[in-house]
Amino acid sequence: MMAHERITAAIAAASKAGRTALVPFITAGYPEPGEFLETLKAVATVGDVVELGIPFSDPMADGMTIQRSSFTALQKGVSLKWIFDQLDMVDGEIDAPLVMMSYLNPLLAFGYEELADRALAVGVCGFIVPDLPFEESDDFRAVLESKGLGLIQLVTPATPEARLKTLCAASLGFVYAVTITGITGGGTGLPTDLAGYLDRVATISKLPVCAGFGIRTQQEVAAVGQHAAGAIVGSALVEVLERNEDPKAFLRSLTGQ
Amino acid sequence: MSALIAAGEAKTLLDAAIRGELPDERGRFGPFGGRYVPETLVPAFERLEKGVREHLHDPAFQDAFQRELREWVGRPTALTFAPRLSEKWGAEVWIKREDLAHTGAHKINNAIGQALLAKRLGAKRIIAETGAGQHGVAAAAACARVGLPCSVYMGTVDMERQAPNVDRMLRLGAEVVAVESGDKTLRAAIDEALRAWVTDPAGIYYLLGSAVGAHPYPYLVRELQSVIGQEARQQMIDQAGGLPDAAFACVGGGSNAIGLFYPLLADDIELIGVEAGGTGDGLGQNAATLATGTPGVLHGAYTIILQNEDGQVRETHSISAGLDYSGVGPEHALLQATGRVKYVSVQDDEALEALHELCAAEGILTALETAHAYAHARKYAALNPGKRILIGNSGRGDKDLPTLTQYPAQMGSHDGA
Repeated sequence: MMAHERITAAIAAASKAGRTALVPFITAGYPEPGEFLETLKAVATVGDVVELGIPFSDPMADGMTIQRSSFTALQKGVSLKWIFDQLDMVDGEIDAPLVMMSYLNPLLAFGYEELADRALAVGVCGFIVPDLPFEESDDFRAVLESKGLGLIQLVTPATPEARLKTLCAASLGFVYAVTITGITGGGTGLPTDLAGYLDRVATISKLPVCAGFGIRTQQEVAAVGQHAAGAIVGSALVEVLERNEDPKAFLRSLTGQ
Repeated sequence: MSALIAAGEAKTLLDAAIRGELPDERGRFGPFGGRYVPETLVPAFERLEKGVREHLHDPAFQDAFQRELREWVGRPTALTFAPRLSEKWGAEVWIKREDLAHTGAHKINNAIGQALLAKRLGAKRIIAETGAGQHGVAAAAACARVGLPCSVYMGTVDMERQAPNVDRMLRLGAEVVAVESGDKTLRAAIDEALRAWVTDPAGIYYLLGSAVGAHPYPYLVRELQSVIGQEARQQMIDQAGGLPDAAFACVGGGSNAIGLFYPLLADDIELIGVEAGGTGDGLGQNAATLATGTPGVLHGAYTIILQNEDGQVRETHSISAGLDYSGVGPEHALLQATGRVKYVSVQDDEALEALHELCAAEGILTALETAHAYAHARKYAALNPGKRILIGNSGRGDKDLPTLTQYPAQMGSHDGA
C-alpha cells in the first residue's frame, strides 16, 4: 500500500465502522516542545488521521489561535528538522497516518527530495500546503508522488464547479473541503448551506471528503458527518492544548464517546 | 544570485522584459513571481487578472486614469535640477519629484488606478495594507475620490512612527485596522489584509500598494507606476538635454523603483536600487532583501526574501517604515539576476545624513525611504565624478517628523547663506 493510500484506508475504516472519521490538527511542539511526542501519541489514539501543523512565520490562512501557537512554537525553537528528529524517535507507537500541514516556504527551504524521504521514514503519508494552489504544484507533487506520498487538495465554497473537478481528481489521501469562506478558527458556527456544498464535493470526489475550518463541537462533527467522511478539528483542539487540558478527553467528547 | 538563472538565459529574459513580454501568462518574471495563494482566493485572483486584462489598456479606462493623474494627482510631476547638490557632489543631479504628487508620494499613481479598476470590477469595498502610511493615505484618498469604503491594515509599530499618516487616513474617511500580529509592521499588515480578503473574496477589492505579491499585482502596480519613468525620461531629454548616466531609487517592495526603472530598461543608463541597510549586516538589523536574501515564497510570490535556514521569514529593521519589509517585488529579483539593475544598501544614519543634506541644499524635505537613494547617489558621485544623475524622489518627509524629532535638526547647517 502506498503511503497516501494509508490515509484513504484509515478514513474508509471509520466510515465502515459507521463513524465520522476524526482528523485532529496540532501545531507541532505547541505548547511545549518537550511534550510534543506525548501530545501527538495521545491525539493519535483518538484521531483516525492526524494533521501535524508546521509552524510558519506568516500563516496567512490562519486565525488568531493557530497564529499564536505557530509563533510560540517558533520562539521555542521548533523547526521542520527538529520535528523530523523527534518523529524519528517514535517506535511504531503511532498507528494513525500522519499528514503534514505546512506553508510552502519551510518545505522549499528543506528541499523536496529530503523532505519526502524523511516523511516516508516517520509515517507521514501526505501534505497539505495552504498557499500552494494546484497551478503551482507540479514540482512538489511530482516528488511526493514518486515516493507514494499524497498532496491533499483543498476545495472551498468559492471553488467553481470545473475547478472542483480538477482539484478532486488531483488530490491523494482525501479531499479537504474548507467549510467557510474565511480563515481557520472561525467561531461563528458553520454556514447554513454547508450540506449542499459537502454533498456536491462528495459526489465529484472519488476519495473520501473531510471537512475542516470552524468545527468545534460534537454537534458540528455530527452535522458534518452527515455529508462528509471526516471532520478536521484544529483551532478548537489547539485551544485545549493552550489551556493545558487533556486533548484525548476533548477529542473523545467530539466523537460522543 | 546570478546562479538562479543560467548565463545564457539572462540576456533572453532581459530582452523579453524590455519588449514588455514579462510577466508571462503564468505571472512569471523568469523564475520569479507566480501565484502562491490560498485556494479561497484563487477565483478572486482569476477575476482580478481577467479584469486587468480587459480594462487596464482599454482606452476608456486609460482616459479616466490619465484624467485623474492630470487633474487630481497633479501630474506630470516636476523634474527639478539640484544646483547646490550638484556642486557639492561634483555631479549633475536631477530629481523626479513624486513628493509633489497629491498626498505626497508616488503611491497615489497606483492607488487611484486600482481604485478606478475596483469600481469597474464592481467591488463593494476596498482593503489596503500600509507600512509608512503613504499607501494607506493614497488608498484612503483614492477610495474617497471614487466613492468606495476603505479599510487600511497597519502594524502598530508603524502606526506609532507614522502617526501623522494615521490621522490623515482617518480624516479621509478610511477605517484604520491596527495589526498586532506578527512583526507588527508591513509584513504583518499584508498577512492580515489577505486574511480579511479571504472572508469575502467576491465583495472585497484588495488594493495592494507595492509591486509585490501574487500575479497580477506586480504587473498591475508596475503598469500604473511606469508613468514616473515615462515622464522622467522625456523631461530629462527636454530639460537636461539628454538621458542620465545613472538613475537611483529606493527599494522596499519596489513600486517606485520599478516605476522609474521599467521605462529606462532599454536605455544605456546605470540603474541602481537602494535598499535599507538598517543598523548593520546582522540578522534582523536591516531590510536589504536583494543584497542579502535568498529565494523563497512570501505573500504569494516566489522572489528573494529575508529568511533563516528553516524558511522562516526574518524580521527586519529600517528607520524608514516604507522599506522595512522582508520581501521584494519579483521583477526586481529578475532584474538583479540578469544584472540589469544593481541593488545596494545604505544604513539608517547615512539616510538621515542625506535627508539633512538635501533639506539644506535644495529646500526639499524628502521621505526617509527616499533619503536612502540620495545617500547612495552621493557615494556613486564621489566615485564617478561629473556624471548626470537622476534620483527618484519617491515621497515627502513630513510623515517622518515623529522619527526625525529623535534626531535634532542641525540648526544653521546651511553651508550657504
